Amino acid sequence: MEAAQVNDEVNLISKTVRFFSFSDYSVQVVVMGVIFMGVGCGLMGGFVVTRKLSLFGDTLSHAVLPGVAVGFLWSQSKNSISIIVGAMIAGFLGVFLISLLKKTTKVSLDSALGLVLSGFYAVGICLLTRIQKMEFGNQSGIDRYLFGQITGLSTQDVWAMGISCILIVLITTIFYKELLVTGFDHGFARSIGLPVDLLQYFLWMLLAFSVITSLQVVGVILVSALLIIPAATASIITQKMKNLLLWSALLGMVAGIIGSYLSFLGSRLPTGPLIVLTSTLLFILALFFHPENGLLFKWLRLRGKERKIALENTLKAVYQELEWNNFSKDTVRLGNLAKRRRVSMPEMHLEAIHLVKKDFAFLLPFKDQALPSENTLSLTPSGWGEACRIVRNHRLWELYLTNEVQYAADHVHEDAEKIEHVLGDETVRKIERILSNPRTDPHGKLIPSQQDIEKGYIDKMIAKNLP
Amino acid sequence: MTEFFPPLDLNDTFWAPWATPKDFAWNAQIVGMGIMVSLSCGLIGAFIVARKLALMGDAISHGILPGLAIAFISTQSKALFPMFIGACGAGLLCSFCIEWLHKKTPLKMDAALGLTFTSFFALGVLLIAQMGNNAHIDAECLLYGEIGFTPLAESIYWGSIEIGSRPLLSIGIVTLVIILIITVFYKQLMVTSFDQTLSVSLGLSVRTIHYGLMLLLAITIVASFESVGVILVIAMLIFPSTTASFFFTRMPAILFCSVPLSIFYSFGGFFLARWLDCSIAGSMVVVAIICFGLAWLFGTENGILINLFFRKKTILNHSN
Repeated sequence: MEAAQVNDEVNLISKTVRFFSFSDYSVQVVVMGVIFMGVGCGLMGGFVVTRKLSLFGDTLSHAVLPGVAVGFLWSQSKNSISIIVGAMIAGFLGVFLISLLKKTTKVSLDSALGLVLSGFYAVGICLLTRIQKMEFGNQSGIDRYLFGQITGLSTQDVWAMGISCILIVLITTIFYKELLVTGFDHGFARSIGLPVDLLQYFLWMLLAFSVITSLQVVGVILVSALLIIPAATASIITQKMKNLLLWSALLGMVAGIIGSYLSFLGSRLPTGPLIVLTSTLLFILALFFHPENGLLFKWLRLRGKERKIALENTLKAVYQELEWNNFSKDTVRLGNLAKRRRVSMPEMHLEAIHLVKKDFAFLLPFKDQALPSENTLSLTPSGWGEACRIVRNHRLWELYLTNEVQYAADHVHEDAEKIEHVLGDETVRKIERILSNPRTDPHGKLIPSQQDIEKGYIDKMIAKNLP
Repeated sequence: MTEFFPPLDLNDTFWAPWATPKDFAWNAQIVGMGIMVSLSCGLIGAFIVARKLALMGDAISHGILPGLAIAFISTQSKALFPMFIGACGAGLLCSFCIEWLHKKTPLKMDAALGLTFTSFFALGVLLIAQMGNNAHIDAECLLYGEIGFTPLAESIYWGSIEIGSRPLLSIGIVTLVIILIITVFYKQLMVTSFDQTLSVSLGLSVRTIHYGLMLLLAITIVASFESVGVILVIAMLIFPSTTASFFFTRMPAILFCSVPLSIFYSFGGFFLARWLDCSIAGSMVVVAIICFGLAWLFGTENGILINLFFRKKTILNHSN
């Protein structure tokens, strides 16, 4: 048992070394193939996904199947060129039929795509099953176009992939600006005299090239994954088209290399699905863990904001509780706070501990022996300042809305509840200046001033003498 | 090229399959299977096309593969019930992932759809490859199936009475369930398909009905995948109702149309496959394509010829 394990480990290491040293001819062919494929499909995918044409790619890859079969039938051998020509023609016929269906019927776009996809594919299946029954059909192994078989990759195939990849890279760099404009603003592109339709067909041709040359590696269904997934990942990482294309090509290449490495490790590990799943894994990583746009970090930031708002609301509640007692005491009971915040006692306790941690308050045991478990809370100077700041924001905003924007006094509270957490110092000072340093809000309550914050308390007499 | 089309022997193609009772029983099962698959798909498909979910059907039919593989690995059999559970679970998960990606991330609907189903499919292919040669399901079979093997499947006995072969029986039950559900929930399906605002104001849950439809779809696919393959299912979801829509605009008419259409597809496909000696499921779709093409040309609603005449008339009126 142990020996087998050691053997496995040695095997793993030796295979890894064999793969990354590129010494084997078969490894060289495979790695070159997946690099060309990843870059080509990644670049095309960038255009396809940003134009919302992802499923066109899917349809195109299914539609080429009868072309592959006819090309095979024509040459009666596995001749790359006739197969590629056949596939191109079938792909274009499919795209043409979709636009014809859209123009002349009421069939919706998704149904048109589905009709062409399944129709062409079924014709392809018919042809392939027929070919397999014919004399020369047995030698074909043509069903590898369905799922791909990277071990069957010949030098000639890699040449074809390389040429199509280089063609794609060259054309997208030369016509980058034109493709960018036609992709995002049809009307503008037409108005500056660009041949929009021609460019569109140009793009279809390139797309067909990359799809057809990749068919042998990953097969009909998974080739659309190579178009969509790296580009979708790139669209999460960046918003700029140029960066998106670069990322997309890079991700396609990396997924290709990792996927083919993983499939090299075992015998029952098909390459195509592994490349796709590696791509998906990269997508999931980017979706959750990208520092700026990742869902995890977005969620953490959102939670941070939520906690800050909760904290500020508690401080405000403390202030209101103190005000309720006309500032005659400097402690408040947690039970009263919980009622004011409409939360349960344990939740309030957690909030209080949070305040203490932030050095905004300290907890004291309640002196009343009848309620031994309940604590009281007292604000520190910094807590007092923060509480005053929030209340001041709230009440100033209410006053601003009633006096300057002519809101009714009973309509301003909700808005102030939201804005109090985001008003900056400068805005507050401006509002104060506009309202000429007011002392009372529309409901007749005191607006704490800068002096009150610095002083650390509010005079009982001022609070009482308010109207 | 001449080799591709064998000479058409009328007797051998059209009469021989029904000549002896044994042949008759054998081939009737194949055609019956085809009819029931296209009927059940056509009925659901009418609603799926009306909701513009045609590609969702495509996605889910590929997305169930890992569910099938997991069910097969864990039970080591092709028993119907675990397969149902696996496929429905995977199908619903796939549909849920698509919606989540669409709503919670900046991805567009088409990208979310393409990304999800290809990933699911890749996972399924990988899992099936793990089983090696002792697996009796393979991805190719899922894709284009072999309806001709239907009579070969083991029979199911109730007591000592033979009821029929397993795939035929399961698709029969599924077809009945679908017809039943559509008649019972016809109003709800119609309202949620065409007027979401109204259905919300009537208190119908659009989401529940959407997922219900997806579940029905998954069930149909499971019942039919091993004999006809996913591609035929997708084709049969879309072709009957779009073909019928060139002649009828009302839903009941379109639904009823799927009965003669599926009978025609099955017989036509069967004879075509017998003549050319190729995949029966594929030939059924070829017949469906021909029907669609004819309807597109000669349809009374928006058919090409009608439109041509109609347009000419309006142009003449203008010039007058």
